[in-house]
Amino acid sequence: MAAHTFIDAAPETGPAVTPLKTSGKAQSIAAAGQWTLIWQRFKRNKVAVVAGWIIIALYLIGIFAEFLAPGLPDTARPQFTNAPPQSIAFFVTDENGQTRFQPHVKGYTQSVDPASLRRTFVVDDTQVVPIGFFVEGPAYRLWGLIPSTLHLVGPLDPTDTMYLLGTDRLGRDLLSRLIHATRISMSIGLVGVVISLCLGVTLGSLSGFYGGWVDLVIQRIIEVISSMPTIPLWLGLAAAIPITWSPLQVYFVITLIVSLFGWTGLAREVRGRFYALRGEDFVTAARLDGSGERRLIFRHILPSLTSHILAVVTLALPTMIVAETALSFLGIGLKAPVVSWGVLLQDAQNVRTIAGAPWLLIWPAGAVVLAVLSFNFLGDGMRDAADPYEG
Amino acid sequence: MSVQSAVELKPVAAPDPQVVLAVENLSLDFRLRTEILHAVRDVSFTLKRGQTLCLVGESGSGKSVTARALLRIIDKNGAITGGRILLRGKHAEIDIAPLTERSRELLRIRGGRIGLVFQEPMSSLSPVHTIGSQIVEALRLHRRMDKAAARAETIELLRQVEIPNPEKMIDRYTFEFSGGQRQRAMIAMALAADPEILIADEPTTALDVTTQAEILDLIKRLQVERGMAMLLITHDMGVVAEVADEVAVMHFGRIVEQGPVDDIFHDARHPYTRRLLASTVKLEQNRRAAPAPTGEPVLSVRNLNKVFGGTPGWFGSATFAIKAVEDVSFDLHAGENLGIVGESGSGKTTLGRLILRTVEPTSGSILYRGGEGEPVEVTALGKRGLRAYHRDVRLVFQDPFASLNPRMTVKQIVGDPLYVSGASRGAALEKRVGELLEFVGLDPLSMERYPHAFSGGQRQRIGIARALALDPKVLIADEATAALDVSIRAQILDLLLDIQKRLPLSFIFISHDISVVRYFCDRVAVMHRGRVVEMGTAEEICTAPKAAYTQSLISAVPNPDPRHKRMLHRTRFRA
Amino acid sequence: MGRYVVKRLIYMVPTLFGMSIIAFLIIQLPPGDYLTSMISRMTESGENVDPAQVARLREVYGLADPVWLQYWKWISGILLRGDFGYSFEWNRPVADLIWERMGSTLALSVASLLFVWAVALPIGIYSAMRRHSLGDHVFTFIGFIGFAIPNFILALTLMYVAYRYLGMSVGGLQSPEFIDQPWSWAKFVDLLAHLWIPIIVIGTAGTAALIRILRANLTDELNKPYVITAKAKGLPEYRAVIKYPVRIALNPFVSAIGWVLPELISGVTITAIVLNLPTAGPLLLRALVSQDMYLAGSFILLMGVLTLIGMLVSDLLLALLDPRIRFT
Repeated sequence: MAAHTFIDAAPETGPAVTPLKTSGKAQSIAAAGQWTLIWQRFKRNKVAVVAGWIIIALYLIGIFAEFLAPGLPDTARPQFTNAPPQSIAFFVTDENGQTRFQPHVKGYTQSVDPASLRRTFVVDDTQVVPIGFFVEGPAYRLWGLIPSTLHLVGPLDPTDTMYLLGTDRLGRDLLSRLIHATRISMSIGLVGVVISLCLGVTLGSLSGFYGGWVDLVIQRIIEVISSMPTIPLWLGLAAAIPITWSPLQVYFVITLIVSLFGWTGLAREVRGRFYALRGEDFVTAARLDGSGERRLIFRHILPSLTSHILAVVTLALPTMIVAETALSFLGIGLKAPVVSWGVLLQDAQNVRTIAGAPWLLIWPAGAVVLAVLSFNFLGDGMRDAADPYEG
Repeated sequence: MSVQSAVELKPVAAPDPQVVLAVENLSLDFRLRTEILHAVRDVSFTLKRGQTLCLVGESGSGKSVTARALLRIIDKNGAITGGRILLRGKHAEIDIAPLTERSRELLRIRGGRIGLVFQEPMSSLSPVHTIGSQIVEALRLHRRMDKAAARAETIELLRQVEIPNPEKMIDRYTFEFSGGQRQRAMIAMALAADPEILIADEPTTALDVTTQAEILDLIKRLQVERGMAMLLITHDMGVVAEVADEVAVMHFGRIVEQGPVDDIFHDARHPYTRRLLASTVKLEQNRRAAPAPTGEPVLSVRNLNKVFGGTPGWFGSATFAIKAVEDVSFDLHAGENLGIVGESGSGKTTLGRLILRTVEPTSGSILYRGGEGEPVEVTALGKRGLRAYHRDVRLVFQDPFASLNPRMTVKQIVGDPLYVSGASRGAALEKRVGELLEFVGLDPLSMERYPHAFSGGQRQRIGIARALALDPKVLIADEATAALDVSIRAQILDLLLDIQKRLPLSFIFISHDISVVRYFCDRVAVMHRGRVVEMGTAEEICTAPKAAYTQSLISAVPNPDPRHKRMLHRTRFRA
Repeated sequence: MGRYVVKRLIYMVPTLFGMSIIAFLIIQLPPGDYLTSMISRMTESGENVDPAQVARLREVYGLADPVWLQYWKWISGILLRGDFGYSFEWNRPVADLIWERMGSTLALSVASLLFVWAVALPIGIYSAMRRHSLGDHVFTFIGFIGFAIPNFILALTLMYVAYRYLGMSVGGLQSPEFIDQPWSWAKFVDLLAHLWIPIIVIGTAGTAALIRILRANLTDELNKPYVITAKAKGLPEYRAVIKYPVRIALNPFVSAIGWVLPELISGVTITAIVLNLPTAGPLLLRALVSQDMYLAGSFILLMGVLTLIGMLVSDLLLALLDPRIRFT
């Protein structure tokens, strides 16, 4: 038999730990509500935070498009078709060999190929086009209301050219168009997701609330819609838009079409979580405490859902943006004079054009990918942080 | 009685031929996000051939981690920081601690020389493979059998662990086995390669008490037959007393006391061991002087029935009807504590829900006389009436984590019933919540905190405060202490008894744990398959049960006294 | 199992009905019908329109019937006679036009699906088992990019890269010299040379999604007690993982057919338009632009049916794989 041994000391009161970081937060965490906890969890995901900033930046670009764009999206200069991007430099060296500060872009010289009669541009290092910040430029109305001629950046002499991202086949400034397209594309995602959310939450809660045959019908509809391949469906619906409609009407119908098929995921999520929460002990407890159905939903169930819904919405946004882009790209979505990323990509439809002017593909495609990627990272981060009480 | 110090816990000097495994000063750390958790600190013990060492402790004591460290099955963020795990036995001595995860020696030891059985019988077997194929795999791995021989051996193993019809059951899937059968299959698998050591990590915690007794019997019998050394991890002092030869008590990563089972139970030295024993033994008696039932009962349940299912299915085929509660009748008097005891599936939880009408009864009557005026027929109440009834008859939940909304502060949680009923608002509500918290032994200043800042026991106190908020007459406690460690469990029970001294309350205490019911209740109803099979005073039921089922149930409860093992001569119930 | 199959088939009926309604809706949606647009075109070009002939055509095509009757005529034609209506633009029955195109759509979708599986499975397992390793981060990052780039942009980019740096003109499924040639080894090789771009383009997003799902699922499964059981049994890590959790994590992999297939068919559609592949996509777009609605509607209906069949197959496979489904 083994000896009877023991440690002659008082029992310890807690597990033995060595702190890695100084954390004096215990007190504050004890009184921290769900949003504080979610935020603390979210902050740990650096990628998601960066993605969040990018999204904010994109929306700011969209909001102040007129001011940020050096020119107007539709000003065409036929003499500068498919001009390559000009790059910014900050110092010029004059004839005396002195260097001074002068932001500028290099001008173009163009040559016409005598055989094909095609114009090619060469950036000419000797030509200096001085540029500046907060310069006078083409007149516009900010948000269609405030008249102004102030632009963030532009050539000092309005007749000069500054095509930082090059021009398209009509000689329009790609940068200005891209900035204006940001407004349309980012907002179409937002509007679409709001419509989706309304549809999804309404139908999802109807389904969860009434159950029975209402639930059955809604679930069937969701099943049908989500098992249809989306792009052919979008195509089918978008093709029905009459050509005579105004760009604004088209814009709204396209958002509607895009969101018509985006709500199913949301509705499923809402219904599923709703059902799961209804069975939770704390909801039963609230019912026994005397809470009516309405208070149960708004005070006890919905607060637990909000963060999840936000995450799902963020993850649904890029789908909307891609949908609009794809439709416009195929020529049955938004049409000129409206500019969206998809409309811009329409100019890059065949290999020969792209080979001649790769910037027509690179920049709008880059914008789409950046937005989609950021939304995905942000949404993932939000989803991981959405339930701070698990694990 | 000389006092020994920790320094004297030195490793065993001369190699005892009986020792098959010696753990020396084992330490293990987990790297968490903000801190390093020293989960196991300087732990030393030995396992001897044919003997059982029980590693006992409450949650978070590091007992499971220690056991798994012997097989080097540790989560990725954990690492052994010191000590040796010396495996002796037939072959040359080998230290497990420095082996790498993929070394062949380690793989030969796992399952080959040390078998592991652990808690979750529901999830510890693969759901998509047959039971047989999982055992055959172990045989082929360690005993190099061909398929036919392995299959024959598997059937033999299943027979040894007393699974009926092993020839058929070998090809069944996990979900076709009951909980107890799964645990038997697990044991068969662990024993497949005839290991020298069996580690059983809470092997019976998830099982009913009668099943637990059978599994413990089985393990003991196989251990004796094979002369294995066994390391049994448990939190239940009763189980320890029944099966242990030696005991090691763990607390926050250290073994605070170890020795022969009799010494530990009857000559405990360390304050923690004493506390643990005290809270266990305390529950073995009934301190309540049962008041004679006076006057009319507060609650009278008559012929209550609940049938689930039984409606025609989608394709015309009727689904099975399950009688969850069948013909249950009882009275609850003012100031009385009524226990409802039963194993899983006995219908006890459903009964509680029927009384509250969160589940609608199929038939029967519930008469409530607690309110002012006429008695109320609960089964006929409308929405408003039910709301008033729910103010008087309150529920305390089992799970202290799921029953509190994590998104609300304690003030909001406890104050919710007050707010909804319009009893008080604003400053008055805050004052009342403070009183309630103080009443259940919590700091009123903590009412602005969220539930996540509290421990399990504290959360249960919050739940009780919420139940008390509206001055109820009856509290239904559904397994209210099941999720708590034994010392906390005793505290919560004492709190409830203390509250009862101060308030005119009756309890319906639903539990699977006979000792808890014995400690807390005046009368006990024993439920089995939806029916009340026996009803009587707690003392009667626990000491002189009449019904055959109750006899088997009571005799299966482990007795926390190694000098009076109860399970070995228990009565069995076959129905 | 037989019961399960029957039940599953019965459940398909309302969904099929819903799909046919959507397809019919799309056919009916454009303002006016094919005749009106034909008439306006004829008037524009100064041709004479004979009102009697118009009325006769209306009669023939049943354009004057109430909507439900039109639907009934349309759907019963498809179900009973395989008659999908008439393509006004091509002046041929729709049925003559669609089958070949649907065949190549199906072939391309299945090829992409196989590609998705073949790539996602090993990478997913690797990523889950070696979480936060360098390889995992690299794959996760590539996965995210693949997930974020819309099909058609990827197609355009690959086309540009191939044209610019490899000097290849990609597009179509065959080099011009092989079109209309009988099948031969050379033609097959040529097909493979063309096939890789569409398959990569179509499969990337699905692969990325599946890797993420497999990684997440497998990570969950790896912590399940039965994996510890398998390890405690003495199985080496990779065998314990392959035999048990991967087997279970495969379930979402198989059920993924249900939602990956619609995405793949979507992807095939738009990719085919960009790369000019002889699948349903370009024809569908053309039909939509010229409002040749019976052709367009039939394509949409068939694509829906295709995904539904895919889901059925995935459910049946799932039942084979997981006894828990089979027995309940």
